[in-house]
Amino acid sequence: MSEQRNGHVRIGVYICHCGANIADTVDVKAVAEYAATLPGVVISREYKYMCSDPGQELIQKDIEEHAINRVVVAACSPTLHENTFRGAAERAGLNPFFVQMVNIREHDSWVHSDREAATVKAKDLVRAAVMRVYFHKPLEKRRVPIHPEVLVVGGGIAGIHAALTVANSGKRVYLVEREPTIGGHMAQYDKTFPTLDCAACILTPKMSAVRAHPNITLWTYSEVVSVDGSVGDYKVVVKRKPRYVHEDLCVGCLQCIETCVYKDSKFDDEFNLGLSKRKPIYIPFAQATPKVVVIDPDACIQLKTGKCKKSCMEACVERGAIDFAQKETYEEIHVGSIIIATGFQTFDPRRMPQYGYGKYPNVYNTLEVERLVNASGPTSGQVITRDGRVPKSVGIVLCVGSRDENTNRWCSRVCCMTSLKLAHLIKEHTGAEVYIFYIDMRAAGKGYEEFYQRVLNEGVHFIRGRVAEITDWALDPSEAGKLVARVEDTNTGFVRRIPLDMVVLAVGLEPQPDAHEVQRMFGISCSLDGFFLEKHPKLAPAPTYTDGIFIAGLCHGPKDIPDTVMQAGYAAAEAIALADTGFFELEPNTAYVVEEECSGCKTCVPLCPYQAVTFNEEKQKAFINEVLCKGCGTCVAACPSGSIKQNLFEDEEIYSEIEGVLAYA
Amino acid sequence: MSDKPKIAFYWCASCGGCEESIVDLAEDILEVAQAVDIVFWPVAMDFKRKDVEAMPDGAILATLVNGSIRTSEQEEMAHLLRRKSQILIAYGSCAHTGGVPSLANQFTREEILRYVYEEAPSVVNENRVRPQPRHGHNGTAVTLPEFRGLVRSLDQVVEVDYYLPGCPPTPKLLKQAVLTLLSGNLPPKGTVLAPDTAQCDQCPRKETKPVDLKITEFKRPHWTQIDPEKCFLAQGIICMGPATRSGCEAQCIRGNMPCTGCFGPTTRVRDQGAKILSALASSVNAREPEDIEKIMDGIVDPVGTFYRYSLAKSLLRAKVTR
Repeated sequence: MSEQRNGHVRIGVYICHCGANIADTVDVKAVAEYAATLPGVVISREYKYMCSDPGQELIQKDIEEHAINRVVVAACSPTLHENTFRGAAERAGLNPFFVQMVNIREHDSWVHSDREAATVKAKDLVRAAVMRVYFHKPLEKRRVPIHPEVLVVGGGIAGIHAALTVANSGKRVYLVEREPTIGGHMAQYDKTFPTLDCAACILTPKMSAVRAHPNITLWTYSEVVSVDGSVGDYKVVVKRKPRYVHEDLCVGCLQCIETCVYKDSKFDDEFNLGLSKRKPIYIPFAQATPKVVVIDPDACIQLKTGKCKKSCMEACVERGAIDFAQKETYEEIHVGSIIIATGFQTFDPRRMPQYGYGKYPNVYNTLEVERLVNASGPTSGQVITRDGRVPKSVGIVLCVGSRDENTNRWCSRVCCMTSLKLAHLIKEHTGAEVYIFYIDMRAAGKGYEEFYQRVLNEGVHFIRGRVAEITDWALDPSEAGKLVARVEDTNTGFVRRIPLDMVVLAVGLEPQPDAHEVQRMFGISCSLDGFFLEKHPKLAPAPTYTDGIFIAGLCHGPKDIPDTVMQAGYAAAEAIALADTGFFELEPNTAYVVEEECSGCKTCVPLCPYQAVTFNEEKQKAFINEVLCKGCGTCVAACPSGSIKQNLFEDEEIYSEIEGVLAYA
Repeated sequence: MSDKPKIAFYWCASCGGCEESIVDLAEDILEVAQAVDIVFWPVAMDFKRKDVEAMPDGAILATLVNGSIRTSEQEEMAHLLRRKSQILIAYGSCAHTGGVPSLANQFTREEILRYVYEEAPSVVNENRVRPQPRHGHNGTAVTLPEFRGLVRSLDQVVEVDYYLPGCPPTPKLLKQAVLTLLSGNLPPKGTVLAPDTAQCDQCPRKETKPVDLKITEFKRPHWTQIDPEKCFLAQGIICMGPATRSGCEAQCIRGNMPCTGCFGPTTRVRDQGAKILSALASSVNAREPEDIEKIMDGIVDPVGTFYRYSLAKSLLRAKVTR
């Protein structure tokens, strides 16, 4: 590096035409001529495409031949080309942080039509950058090593796929799932659209692969309770809840369940959404992974009162897997990156009382119907309503808790296809007339539109209109004993009453109820809807703003299984790439506390969105972990004694920039 | 006259407290008086302006000027003393950052004169007579200094070498400053002769300040029984300490009153009020606009609270009335 010759400031200014993007609206020649008159500016040029190779070479040549030691490029947004021009400077031996970009495209030419005024604005912006770059200092990027192990949180299809992908690359993976089994929501589905593959048939091999994989440590019935550290070195504490069964001793023979003192199953079976019952000692479903029983402490007599004859223990006397004294344990692990795949919850349709869910027994949600049509479900695959009838007419109501100002504004993306699939299955199982009440049918996806056509041809009735209410109030004898959907058919313009034996509410998908706690614990962000926020909606939809933390699946937003798997694979690829690179380069625009100036007032400590600021009790001063710092500047602005500085955003740089932009040309 | 170093004191727009603080040196004043010749001190000694004018330029080693600059006379005196002194020291908050008088920058000259000479409840002035800079009376011209549109700190009028902050500065700081001057071992020009960390650094209540203040209510000191041990901010009482230079030995805090900010900001801060405002706003525990409004309503006089001593030197400087 040639820092010595930077003592005397020599600024080069480069104005980009961006083809016609900038040059049509901004008089680039006039801007370049004006820039040449500014103090410290030695060279000022304009060029058609600064980002092209010849454009970059122009800068490099000037650095080498004219000893330019500060570079201002007026072009597009720095998010696009800052690295390009920093790289050019670096290649010519200049510290890359002596480069300042001015955005005269997005901030100027694209948003203005008055050429004269846009040119004045471009001059103002260039002047601000010239005045600021004068104060730039050489900065070095720092590298942190990456611990190669990866944590995956959540054992649904996203977590399973991510864990397997990472493990297959030879890295060690910890997969943490809070339920007693992995599988997630997908395990509850009957068939998958549009191919009508049996969900369990395609999922359970992957579940078994997780269990058998030598690189995967699977912790079910476990939750992450704390996360410390930063990219490359996260220290994570996982709580393993007591199942009261030793996982390494249980072989899944299920004898204990048979001999439980409860002869009949009395407790709601979570996996079947309460449509069937289970005992206090149970296994969630036949292919549960791991195939280890679990005891529900709220139902088990021994755990509640200590006065049970413990027949389950007798059944397991040889293996001795059951242990009522089991306590929760805590595992501490170090990982380099984390993939969060914590999934979603379905909308609770009780929030829309007009649809009678919870009031009329024959109103179901889509997830319940998945279990009803499933051969291993509570009715062994027979569609029988709660009052014991095979329905002759079934109505499926779309957009319940989606696309609705009163509940959730977003489209849940899968409900149209799920409803088409269920319509097909119900018809197949019962021969019933099926009505789908929709606002718009959304069947974008490979083979989706074709499936829609197929269901149309099967004679399912499609009624375009948002259902006003589901009622059991019969207005004529044909409605007696039935539910009635009152709906405006917007295709015909009539208000219709459709008598139905069974109503299925296609419920929307929502963030998990504890999404905010998870978000805080991992130091990531949520978008307005409460789903986890990706780093970039198009170009970085699995990374987050927190380096080394990736998101996959429905915790990021509603999506179908193929999209989930793709995102999980992408998150896994990012984690693998990080681990294989072995280090992470930190942007140097971080903040730091000038220790001898800090008064220890702690104002900055709670403000950091990345938990980078801590208070050193011994020194009574604030401390910023520069690995965690993202350079947002919140602490810098809030520090009441001006004792926090930020590289590239020092006071003199910012004030000069402001003076520059406000001065009259 | 002896060849002892010459020292002068002068006051501009100030309350007189700074003059008191010089007297507060008590017996130490004798030590100072022995070491120097006081050549000009209108409040205590009978020297006239013409005596100063008669001195050669640079004849005075150091002049300590307190008070901000409001009138033409103060402006003239500032220039005169600057010329006659090797070292000019802004003494006290008003000379340093504008002080309480600069709160008047929230009003125009016209508003101030109208209120004081016409509208104030105690004024009877049927003819709306206002003081004039020049007035002829019985063939004699009487003059008054001109009343300027803005109150300024001393360094906004003339070059200042050093600053002694405080309302008023403590005798300890004054003594140290004088001894430093006499030692000849001078700090860099522009130095504020007090520590450069904020109050919290030396606050006796520092340990009781929680990491997250989570302020849900702002209270004025007279609205509540103040806990004499606990951080004021933790009690919802605005304390300027985090944004104020230390060096006063936390006198107000030891007297169970919050810091009001008279020592001004640290060297690194351009605008003391903006800094405490952003720090406090960050500590308010509310998310909804109406809750935030309610909490902020507890700050009865934001400018007078956050810029009590520093409006002239702030980025705002004055209220623009159009």
